[in-house]
Amino acid sequence: MGILEVKGVNKRFGGLQALGDVNLSVEENTVHAIIGPNGAGKSTLLNCLVGKLIPDTGSVMFDGRSVLGRTPYEINQMGISRVFQTPEIFGDLTVFENMVIPAFAKRDGAFRMHAFESVAREQDIVERAQQMLEEVNMLDKLHMHSASLSRGDKRRLEMAMCLLQEPRLLLLDEPTAGMARADTNNTIDLLKEIKQKRDITICIIEHDMHVVFSLADRITVLAQGSPLVEDSPENIRGNPKVREAYLGEAA
Amino acid sequence: MLGLNSKDTMLLIVVAFLALAAPFLLNPFPTNSSLAQFNAGYPDLMQRFAIFGIFAIGFNILFGLTGYLSFGHAAFLGVGSYAAVWMFKLLSYNVIPAIILAVIVAGLFSVLIGYVSLRRSGIYFSILTLAFAQMSFALAYSVLSNPKFNLTNGETGLQVYGDDPQILHREGLPDVPHLFGWAMRDNFLELEVAGWEFTFNNGYYLCAVILLVVFYLAIRLFRSPFGLMLRAVKSNQQRLNYTGLNPKPYTLAAFIISGMYAGLAGGLLAAMDPLAGAERMQWTASGEVVLMTILGGAGTLIGPVLGAGFIKYFENIFSKINDNVLHQWFAFLPDGMEDFMVFIVHPFVGKGWHLTLGILFMLVVTFLPGGLVEGGQRIARLFRRRGKKTDTPDPEHHPKETPHVAE
Ligand SMILES: Nc1ncnc2c1ncn2[C@@H]1O[C@H](COP(=O)(O)OP(=O)(O)OP(=O)(O)O)[C@@H](O)[C@H]1O
Ligand SMILES: [Mg+2]
Repeated sequence: MGILEVKGVNKRFGGLQALGDVNLSVEENTVHAIIGPNGAGKSTLLNCLVGKLIPDTGSVMFDGRSVLGRTPYEINQMGISRVFQTPEIFGDLTVFENMVIPAFAKRDGAFRMHAFESVAREQDIVERAQQMLEEVNMLDKLHMHSASLSRGDKRRLEMAMCLLQEPRLLLLDEPTAGMARADTNNTIDLLKEIKQKRDITICIIEHDMHVVFSLADRITVLAQGSPLVEDSPENIRGNPKVREAYLGEAA
Repeated sequence: MLGLNSKDTMLLIVVAFLALAAPFLLNPFPTNSSLAQFNAGYPDLMQRFAIFGIFAIGFNILFGLTGYLSFGHAAFLGVGSYAAVWMFKLLSYNVIPAIILAVIVAGLFSVLIGYVSLRRSGIYFSILTLAFAQMSFALAYSVLSNPKFNLTNGETGLQVYGDDPQILHREGLPDVPHLFGWAMRDNFLELEVAGWEFTFNNGYYLCAVILLVVFYLAIRLFRSPFGLMLRAVKSNQQRLNYTGLNPKPYTLAAFIISGMYAGLAGGLLAAMDPLAGAERMQWTASGEVVLMTILGGAGTLIGPVLGAGFIKYFENIFSKINDNVLHQWFAFLPDGMEDFMVFIVHPFVGKGWHLTLGILFMLVVTFLPGGLVEGGQRIARLFRRRGKKTDTPDPEHHPKETPHVAE
């Protein structure tokens, strides 16, 4: 049994079958990559995992419990964090404030009425936020308005916000899109380092094959809403069906 | 000090100074001079500055932090006034129970309205709050004032009558709202220095002290994790959800707190003048607090207080100016010109002062989207830049810092 079990998931948007009978099993403490051409339904699948969409049929189990019908914040509190394809950060707040919010969510849960304490005096939270920013090399941008960050930095910030929560399952939707080569490599190193340090399962959607083959333990290829194959990176590389459907000259 | 950082402590001290020295500061012109009409140091007007300051501070906790624009906050103001007058009728003219009940009743009322209205956001939320407030107005104006069950006394307004129980009333206590015998309408000091007159009013000082307390609480709230979550609601509710936080109770709590601030303001209005009328709940009153907050600077600490003072001051000054005053002003002009100028200015003063308010509001919102606070910041920056023109700014090492939620 994997930590994440997706069984028979279907999702239609009007006449479009975005997901057709998707089965997916992600083993604990592995990196599972999902690849596939544009419009294959990769993001839609993630949306079904975090409570943004409810599948028409099928089941999604995380750690033996169903996530279907739960709200996004409940699912996050179960231990699933997600980085979105287009960065979702608190644009009006500083980088530091962006980091502090997930730290409070982790410590205090979905709601707590602490209107008289001061953020600046929450030692453990402040330290945690700074330490995580240091890990992603963004400590120098602590007091910057997060809306004024570069696209790559916004992604890194969002990833740092998710990592700070020490999720059991981290969902990454094209985390290196729009990043310079050097930043992409830093991201790969960061994820490898995190994996070594603590127990974490990562599910990553990525078009950059360099990232996929550097990180993935298993790869699922999605095409037109259905899984084409699921295999180890070596076998995927040599699979003619995959080459035809997706990899093409990139392999 | 008091758990605030040095910048916030300074702000609190400045506000405390302004509030406590207001009788001096607002009466800069000698009583007999022609400029005396621009003085604002009258008890009645100063009380309104403080009370509407409280109202706007509370409104800003909801609107400035979460971005939810309520168009019905006057309902809580009105409910607070009614609750306070009922306390006067039933218990005694002591303002303490009246103010406490005003806050509690407004709080309960806002749980109800907030719970329903917050199921929607954006324009639908605004419309729902507006609808609730207009319903409350209608209830207060007619439905709840029938002979069998007269809660609001309809058009006349709720007031204290000689045959009311007032079970705690004792011989020797004043027959007007008072704080343990200290009548709100009395002045504890009237100073005459040369040509100047300064009035120190009991009621005003009660309002000022309460203003300072709730302003302090608002600073704490702005700097708290709770305040941060409210700003996060405004910034990106989706991200907040996916970060494991439930926006609903945060926004509802903000709504209730701001409703309680409004109730407090309503209770104080009744404590200064023991009368509660339905018109206090009308949509124009709700709109006024929106104007105050935006004019002063939504989301800033001091902005709403400035906006409230600004609007109440100009309301008072402009609405007092009549054609006689205008003729005096333009007396130096030749006769035809004088009449012409009076004719031009006439629509903007007296009853037409809302026209002036509208123009001022448009100017501020157009040129200073951040309100009066932004105006102040620009002026301060101008001075600072002039102070150190020599050092070249280095964008590499001075990344753009966010304007802090302060000032
Ligand atoms: N909310 C929606 N309503 C209607 N159609 C949608 C919705 N979300 C996605 N789709 C459609 O479903 C299909 C799959 O979209 P999805 O975003 O999952 O693709 P993807 O694999 O993530 O592609 P990309 O690599 O471009 O991100 C697309 O054709 C898309 O237009
Ligand atoms: Mg996608």
